[in-house]
Amino acid sequence: MNALEIKNLTKTFGGVKAVNSLSISFEKGKITGLVGPNGSGKTTLVNVLTGMYGMDSGAVIVGGERERGAIRPHEVFDLGLSRTFQNIRLFEQMTVLDNVLISVTKRTVWDSLFERHKDFHEKKAREVLERVGLWEKRHAHAKELSYGQRKLLEIARALATGAETILFDEPYAGLFPEMAKLVSGIMKELRAGNKTIILVEHDMALIRELCDRVIVLDAGALLAEGKPTDVLQDKRVIEAYLGV
Amino acid sequence: MEYLIHLAIFFSTYAILAISLDLVIGYTGLLSVTHAAFYGIGAYTVALLLTRADVGFFPALAAGAMLTAFVAFLIGFVLSRFRGDYYALGSLGFNIIVFAIFLNWQELTHGPLGVPGIDRPEIAGFVFSDNGAFLLLTLFFLGCAWLVGRFIASSSLGRVLKAIREDEGAIAVFGYHVLSFKLFIFVITAAIAAIAGGLFASYITFIDPSSFTVNESIFILAIVILGGLGSLRGPVLGALLLILLPEALRFVGFPTEIAAQMRQAVYGILLVVLMLYRPQGLLGEYRL
Repeated sequence: MNALEIKNLTKTFGGVKAVNSLSISFEKGKITGLVGPNGSGKTTLVNVLTGMYGMDSGAVIVGGERERGAIRPHEVFDLGLSRTFQNIRLFEQMTVLDNVLISVTKRTVWDSLFERHKDFHEKKAREVLERVGLWEKRHAHAKELSYGQRKLLEIARALATGAETILFDEPYAGLFPEMAKLVSGIMKELRAGNKTIILVEHDMALIRELCDRVIVLDAGALLAEGKPTDVLQDKRVIEAYLGV
Repeated sequence: MEYLIHLAIFFSTYAILAISLDLVIGYTGLLSVTHAAFYGIGAYTVALLLTRADVGFFPALAAGAMLTAFVAFLIGFVLSRFRGDYYALGSLGFNIIVFAIFLNWQELTHGPLGVPGIDRPEIAGFVFSDNGAFLLLTLFFLGCAWLVGRFIASSSLGRVLKAIREDEGAIAVFGYHVLSFKLFIFVITAAIAAIAGGLFASYITFIDPSSFTVNESIFILAIVILGGLGSLRGPVLGALLLILLPEALRFVGFPTEIAAQMRQAVYGILLVVLMLYRPQGLLGEYRL
């Protein structure tokens, strides 16, 4: 079963087709790597799927339900999606705990007005913060964390939503090996819990280690897809990446 | 004593305005420079209802708050299309428009001649004609504004507002309809500003457009920034300092012929120094 499917999706910026009539799907409970050279449309696709950008044409199917058009940002959570950002977008002048509580408290104006942060919320936040090793830092402001810790906090914030599908946009960039190992462990745990992961990544060793499937984009279009061992040996993929 | 009570009433009125504006700027990050417009709509509604419609003060105050909330909803909807500096400029534009209406809608507002003869509040036969009693009334409303501010700030909604301030694009992805939150806080705080306006109109017993210019919005903004953004105590301290400081400078002993100018100069220099060494304000938790 597909957790997420897109059909003929096109997104242009001033005449440049960042995503060009792309039709791909992401299988439920699997880790799908989304790779391609810089400018191939990976982050644009993630941004379209999480409502940061609209789309020019095409359709999206979430969880096997009906075809729909562009996803609006505030619909992302209800659709069971969550994400991290390529360029970290934390709530910098808020505490680590507050950054995660945002993911677990009520979403509407009225409900959130009468809701106080309780043990129940803190327990959920604690689970994910302990998982990424940031519980001790919960009272620090996000801006006070190191780069790697900030990446981990973004991951914790995405996990705390309890989303069925999480889109990780280059989560390993700038992480030292111990942190990278921690993130890989989280990915594997999520897969074991039947969550769907879309992983935008340039490190082919990680793609081989983690991904069940890999989708290669080039100039906004599908170049190849399949098992990592097969796809990463594909001449067209090597050519697109290395330019040879 | 009467002089101190007068200052305390002004302090309370500006503290109400500053607390409400802080929820918009310090918590939500919307650099609004239109608060004096809401203050003015509240003041004019109370003034006109008291002088022409024979409505009691408290119903007039409620009507002023509701009318202002409605206007704020419309303004907030338009402003929601702007961000950052453009938001500030757009909000400034609305203050200018509202001021122009106060000044030029002669049949309703009497233009620059203003509205005289506004009654003091009355409840169950008790008239707040004595300034001491009026001070208690303004302190009561200051307490209410503080409690509303604290209720919002300590709720999950308060956290969402701060997250909007930090990155409204990112918070939306977590399932929050940002426009609803921005409109809610804008409307609620405008209604609070309108209550301050109603109190002001009834205290002074006369209003004219000159009390609701862009300068007034900037003054309220200065109170919030000086006291500290994103903290409820900050705006109260800011109001205390900016209302009392110019008065305290009266007693410094400048030569009489230049006393007024010197007071303004010292006041300005102190503000600049504070901003240089404490840009987040005295009790602030957030920097613009």
